[in-house]
Amino acid sequence: MTSTLTPVRSKRSALTKGQLPKYAPYIVLAAALIVGAAILALIGFNAFGWGLVSALLFAVGLVSWSAAVEGSRKAKDRLATCLVVGSFLVALLPLVSVIWTVLVNGVPGLLNPGFLSSSMNGVTGVYDNRAVEEGAPVLGGIYHALLGTVQITLLATVISVPVGLLTAIYLVEYGNDGRLARAITFFVDVMTGIPSIVAGLFAAAFFFAVVGPGTKTGAVAAVALSVLMIPVVVRSSEEMLKIVPNELREAAYALGVRKWRTILKVVIPTAISGIASGVTLAIARVIGETAPILVTAGFATSINSNVFGGWMASLPTFIYTQILNPTSPANPDPSSERAWGAALVLIILVMILNLAARLIARIFAPKAGR
Amino acid sequence: MSKRIDVKDLNVYYGDFLAVEDVSINIEAKSVTAFIGPSGCGKSTFLRTLNRMHEVIPGARVEGEVLLDGDNLYGNGVDPVTVRSQIGMVFQRPNPFPTMSIRDNVLAGVKLNNKKISKGEADVLVERSLKGANLWNEVKDRLDKPGSGLSGGQQQRLCIARAIAVEPQVILMDEPCSALDPISTLAIEDLINELKDQYTVVIVTHNMQQAARVSDKTAFFNIAGTGKPGKLIEFGDTHTIFSNPVEKATEDYVSGRFG
Repeated sequence: MTSTLTPVRSKRSALTKGQLPKYAPYIVLAAALIVGAAILALIGFNAFGWGLVSALLFAVGLVSWSAAVEGSRKAKDRLATCLVVGSFLVALLPLVSVIWTVLVNGVPGLLNPGFLSSSMNGVTGVYDNRAVEEGAPVLGGIYHALLGTVQITLLATVISVPVGLLTAIYLVEYGNDGRLARAITFFVDVMTGIPSIVAGLFAAAFFFAVVGPGTKTGAVAAVALSVLMIPVVVRSSEEMLKIVPNELREAAYALGVRKWRTILKVVIPTAISGIASGVTLAIARVIGETAPILVTAGFATSINSNVFGGWMASLPTFIYTQILNPTSPANPDPSSERAWGAALVLIILVMILNLAARLIARIFAPKAGR
Repeated sequence: MSKRIDVKDLNVYYGDFLAVEDVSINIEAKSVTAFIGPSGCGKSTFLRTLNRMHEVIPGARVEGEVLLDGDNLYGNGVDPVTVRSQIGMVFQRPNPFPTMSIRDNVLAGVKLNNKKISKGEADVLVERSLKGANLWNEVKDRLDKPGSGLSGGQQQRLCIARAIAVEPQVILMDEPCSALDPISTLAIEDLINELKDQYTVVIVTHNMQQAARVSDKTAFFNIAGTGKPGKLIEFGDTHTIFSNPVEKATEDYVSGRFG
């Protein structure tokens, strides 16, 4: 009777025995979501709790299932994966939340007529009241603040990049880890930790003493920002110069090239992509500074294109004043709409800078083609 | 276009550590001299003192004289840059400049020093140097491509072309074939044989057969033990060193009975 039966072979290979199927995590996830929803329904539903409970259930369920089928080594691997992915999601949460909030609140402000092309000059509470009560368009814009931010940051970059890059070159090429080099490294580290408001106060006090009391211009703000920027530029350029292989320097020396020419023509071109992206990230770091700009550049509602004279607006201080001192105290909504719009523009600027950093790194990177 | 090197009682130090002790050697112009010896015996260190490249390492210094056709490299007021433009060097690992094309790599010695050179002259120099390094036929159609895209052996020959483009008196080679396959090694060895018609060549090698194949004279360096300085044990015609050495240590080393 058995002769007619072909032996029943298990569909799964012996080599893959004792493994959960590929879709196991999805089953557990679905189950966790359903069970989580049920538990939350009992104690009062909210989305955050649902996510948390489901995540815990998913981790416990998948790990114990895996422990039962696959053994403890695989179960530990699954647990580690759960922890890593979980941490990633937690870390991502604030970012997504910030971007979402700014997008939702900022897009209406951004779409107001003339938002990018007009200043707040002449925009008084009367117009804001009219906008709220009669539905007239919200007037006023961020042109002056955008112009200020771009000018101040540009000037800060012009100040910090030469100082920072030359410092990094000294540290890597000439310092030899001597006493001066170690002292510079130490003070650069200290500078990294300076609170931005202190940098602002330093710049303000410096210009008060040198130029005259009450000197508030975009240039003063640029000096304050460069105090914050220089250590970042030094650090990133230093790392980039350090990874240039010594062999390239020796190759140049062996051709009878002088040290400074070797640095200028071999070392820096080899490291330029990293240096450029480091500088761009340093710009992104200071472009959103508020406190040092408030105490150094003051605040303006009209367009000031002279970075060396007169008070100057910037995006962060614009946001700050719009929220804190609405143009129309009775109807603060148009002001906060403008503030969110400005915040969105600021975030977009920073993102563009980050993308630019990647692009620059790619353009300058040494090409290894045939 | 080649000069002789005479070394008198040279001691090389790294800080307080004596790395190479009391070397005296006469290197003939238009000849190939090989330095052999076990790892760490100071032959590379000694080679680097011949064009003052060891000074790149902090704390390195020498006592004694190195005479290039009678002029002391370590005399007062001698600029190491001048020395290096007369005594070129090829390194163990090929190191073409990654930011430059093949053509610019060959012209690096000229361009990095900001010497003015017309395009016609540059073309002639590039072709002559690459032909001198037996690389012209392989790269003539892609001179504008990056040098880092070449194979290891081609890169090393590019580095040799770069070294001879500045028209040095002497070329030092620090284990130029140790990172290369046998075919590329053969190409470089053929090249060394051609180079000695015009240049004084000094080569450090771990490969005794290579020393026997390419060199006219061989110097054997040895070290008494860890932490002791390296010394020149024997220096003579390659044929003598390999077939009938005077010193027992040399014989042990060249016959593979070392240690």
